Amino acid sequence: MTTEISSTRTGATPSAAPSPSKRDETPWPSRVRSLLKHAALIITAFVMLYPVLWMIAGSLRSQDQIFQAPGLWVSDPQPQNYPDGWAALASPFGHYMLNSAIIAIGCILGNLVSCSLAAYAFARMEFRAKRTLFAIMLMTIMLPIHVVIVPQYILFSQLDWLNTFLPLVVPKILATDAFFIFLMVQFIRGIPRELDEAARIDGCGHFRIFGRIILPLMVPALATTAIFTFIWTWNDFFSQLIFLTDPDMYTVPVALRSFVDATSESSWGSLFAMSVVSLVPIFLAFLFGQKFLIKGIATTGGK
Amino acid sequence: MSALGELRTLKGQQSTDKRDTKVAYLFLLPWFAGLFLITIGPMAASLYLAFTDYNLIQPPEWAGLDNFQRMLTDDRLHNSLKVTFLYVFISVPLQLALALALAVLLDRGLRGLPLYRSIYYLPSLLGASVAIAVLWRQIFGTQGLVNQILALVGIDGRGWISDPSTALGTIIILNVWTFGAPMVIFLAGLRQIPRMYYEAASTEGAGRWRQFRSVTLPLLTPIIFFNLVLQLIHAFQSFTQAFVVSGGTGGPSDSTMFYTLYLYQSGFQNFDMGYASALAWLLVIIIGVFTAINFYASKLWVFYDD
Repeated sequence: MTTEISSTRTGATPSAAPSPSKRDETPWPSRVRSLLKHAALIITAFVMLYPVLWMIAGSLRSQDQIFQAPGLWVSDPQPQNYPDGWAALASPFGHYMLNSAIIAIGCILGNLVSCSLAAYAFARMEFRAKRTLFAIMLMTIMLPIHVVIVPQYILFSQLDWLNTFLPLVVPKILATDAFFIFLMVQFIRGIPRELDEAARIDGCGHFRIFGRIILPLMVPALATTAIFTFIWTWNDFFSQLIFLTDPDMYTVPVALRSFVDATSESSWGSLFAMSVVSLVPIFLAFLFGQKFLIKGIATTGGK
Repeated sequence: MSALGELRTLKGQQSTDKRDTKVAYLFLLPWFAGLFLITIGPMAASLYLAFTDYNLIQPPEWAGLDNFQRMLTDDRLHNSLKVTFLYVFISVPLQLALALALAVLLDRGLRGLPLYRSIYYLPSLLGASVAIAVLWRQIFGTQGLVNQILALVGIDGRGWISDPSTALGTIIILNVWTFGAPMVIFLAGLRQIPRMYYEAASTEGAGRWRQFRSVTLPLLTPIIFFNLVLQLIHAFQSFTQAFVVSGGTGGPSDSTMFYTLYLYQSGFQNFDMGYASALAWLLVIIIGVFTAINFYASKLWVFYDD
């Protein structure tokens, strides 16, 4: 297989030139083909987005309409669903959004600081047991959280941290999201070493090189980290469900889930309304950060 | 290079240059603290707890192999393993096949590529949320969207989520729906394939299908492998969707009782922490074994250009 490719490789290079001109005189069948392709892609995109669009439409419908209207047109809008849903739980929904936002900001700051420090060490310094530690770091990316969650729960309950945000934020300050260390290591390796060398000759130590040279240059990697951390924390359900049991400390996912239990299918309109509200921050992060998201998962694999 | 690629090439030689050790360990201080306090310490603790009987109130009591013996006769556990394996081994191949197909369609400088890519990628970000799981509950409910559409063409639907034979299927569909993330990885991989390979194949008279089979597929095998390992590890740990869709019960009739859901119920609803720890370690072993099999089998089909 491979030899087949490499044997034809050299002979074919000259023929690379005429191919662009072929495009202009595209024969009909090829145009039809391209048209069909776009049609298939557009239909796929529509089918994929339809559930979400239908949920948005549903958030403006009455209960009866939700059970009867598979379409997207809302004939009799019920904007009242939004204030109803907002006030449906013990605290206004904004309270849970604020809790989620505080945790997300804590996690973002924690990841940015701790992961960038560790990444600099792995990418730019020579130290004892570097390869072993690097391998351990890579392996922790793949470790399921379930194997540590029970002892963590015991530990945090003994520290009296249950129903606070600490069990969710402190691990990030301690760089346990090794995925981001790896992402930043990859990025730093792409920064020319000459920059460090020059600074070193000028007498800069590692902390100055890190702070003055590497950190400003790795802003794209920091942005990717911030956006991914935000989305993952905002969506995270498992650990928030376990560590936050006091309704006052609920985050958006946990509150939404308790909404499902409380309403027992009787007010889908307001439940949909709050579901839409809960997804708005994710959608905004996606809209403004998609360049970084796509780069991030393309280079390191994402989740 | 991906994390897996790094692990693959990271063998043997220990670095001999240690000039920065002290300062480097300072940089690594938060990471060390996390590694010991949040990861390795709790791992050791859960290994110990796996051999105890512990309900959070009384101190742990040594129970030897009791928890593991109990696993052998625990029918609900066996069922949850079956459910999880079905979920993993149906949804991951479907998801990756769809991701690959669309990545190939989108490649080759298609007009509108960034827009298509964004739209297909969006569900990957939304899919893990409780909101989408809530939506799924309605879509596949007795009076849900799916049945409304089926009614338009005169088919009588059913309660897809309340029927034990279809409930798992709805969650599989949800996972397949999030094919965008592996698709973006495939797209990045496709871009690495030199154009001249295709031109060469084309001058040799290879059609599109032949080009896909003889050029794209072999050169993409490392990416397929990478996606496969990643998505398998990820799918074994799925929790949120099954939890929300089933209302936290894993029902109907335990048909959506994912492994992690069973673990959660054992540990955090029945406070059977010893058994939950044993379950957690079994999960690590299962994931470890499948990842190892994957790595081993990869020698047979993954083609590395380097």
